[in-house]
Amino acid sequence: MSELVIEKVTKSFADKKVLEDISFTVKEGEFVSLLGPSGSGKSTLFHLIGGMYSPDSGAFYLDGKKINGKRGAISYTPQSSSLFPWRTILDNVVLGAELFAKPNYDQAREMLEKAGLSGYENAYPHQLSGGMRQRVAFVRSLLSPQSFICLDEPFSSLDEFTRLEMQRWLLSIWEENRKSVLFVTHNIEEAIYLSDRIIVLSSNPATTKREFTIPFARPRKEELLLSEEFLQWKKAVYQELR
Amino acid sequence: MVIILLLIIWEACSRLFVIPTWLLPAPSDIVKEGVTSWSVYNHHLFSTTKLSVIGFGIGVSVGLIVATMLHLLPPVRQAFYPLLILSQNIPIIVLAPLLVIWFGFGMLPKILIITLVCFFPITVATLDGFRQTSPELLHYMQMAGASKRQIFAKLQFPHALPSIFSGVKISATYSVMGAVISEWLGANQGIGVYMTLAQSSFRTDRVFVAIGFVMVLCLLFFGLIVMLERLLIKSRNTEGGK
Ligand SMILES: Nc1ncnc2c1ncn2[C@@H]1O[C@H](COP(=O)(O)OP(=O)(O)OP(=O)(O)O)[C@@H](O)[C@H]1O
Ligand SMILES: [Mg+2]
Repeated sequence: MSELVIEKVTKSFADKKVLEDISFTVKEGEFVSLLGPSGSGKSTLFHLIGGMYSPDSGAFYLDGKKINGKRGAISYTPQSSSLFPWRTILDNVVLGAELFAKPNYDQAREMLEKAGLSGYENAYPHQLSGGMRQRVAFVRSLLSPQSFICLDEPFSSLDEFTRLEMQRWLLSIWEENRKSVLFVTHNIEEAIYLSDRIIVLSSNPATTKREFTIPFARPRKEELLLSEEFLQWKKAVYQELR
Repeated sequence: MVIILLLIIWEACSRLFVIPTWLLPAPSDIVKEGVTSWSVYNHHLFSTTKLSVIGFGIGVSVGLIVATMLHLLPPVRQAFYPLLILSQNIPIIVLAPLLVIWFGFGMLPKILIITLVCFFPITVATLDGFRQTSPELLHYMQMAGASKRQIFAKLQFPHALPSIFSGVKISATYSVMGAVISEWLGANQGIGVYMTLAQSSFRTDRVFVAIGFVMVLCLLFFGLIVMLERLLIKSRNTEGGK
């Protein structure tokens, strides 16, 4: 029950146009990736969806309701880690839920266990590795009451091994929960592996350049990454980005 | 260690050069005086301790309240911040007699003086702590739909806690000094009074006893605050969450 419609959104900072005429839709239970070069305005788009500021023109609709400038409508995980250093892992993952109601700690423990983080409930973020912290941030998103999740380059700071493992993990968790996800990345492979659809942004200013629908069936296996078909998709997207 | 060495040198000098006691008593003389006339001055000591603790408590509360108000109401901050700094430019020595004229010789002017010297470091440190809240965490909280109050209680206040404690530590030492100064101006008991009496009768050893107790009291306060700090922010690590 969560559909996000973005309609002709334009945003400038001072006299620099960052987003121009961005339009696309994320359907219920869909995993959509935004692919674009660094500095193209992907984070800015998230800030707009999250209501940090209002677009110059255009609108966002969540389940048909306009959410321009409205905060708390979506669950957002920022690009840089955003765990609270003075909270334990358990207290961190319930933060999003805690803002609206009394959090359900049993459910939180269960989710942490699924994320391979059991035994770390009472640890502090600085005691965890980068990959673990990203998992904590994602669990926090899942436990938040909002059913639309925005992830801003959650894996960009991880090494290739951890990244692959995290992608697999994210897919397994997501395939179970099926909240709608809008996912930002500049890694083509990651985008194809994870998404139902990929939106390619151009830069300066960002416009929706092209949209790909990725047909691979779910649940997706890791072997997919090496298949001929996958490489074909990679080529096609790569051409578009150049 | 350095302190012990200094004391030994001091002791040796006063024995070697036979310095008269009224000019500079040897540490051993001071200790002897401190032990033998405990019954004479212990009520002074208790009175000063009580005064410092009360004044310190009020000073800390006022400091925190002022900082919170200035932080939550930016227009008020702009209007009152210069006034706050100005209040610290008036020498206490000048202000104290005025307060005595206005409020007499009771507890009130003394507590006012201590409050005045105590609240400033706390207010400034707390305000800095509030202002230095990590922008990423603030972003997260805002987009998650946190209210202003939740942002303050769950983010800004805990974030400022280490700063608050550095302010409180400074104030703890100021409070004892403030108490002694306020007693100089008119009181019937307290270390300040004891000091003045000793001074006017050239009992230099007693002046040193008083100085010694002021130092011990300061250290005691400081130690208690440090213990409380460890207790409250034991496991947090400033570089966590990155
Ligand atoms: N609050 C702001 N004020 C002024 N300019 C801004 C602001 N936020 C972003 N910008 C500008 O908007 C442009 C896009 O920034 P944004 O962070 O959205 O890029 P991005 O696509 O997320 O990049 P990256 O992949 O490196 O994270 C940049 O040129 C940046 O300087
Ligand atoms: Mg970004």
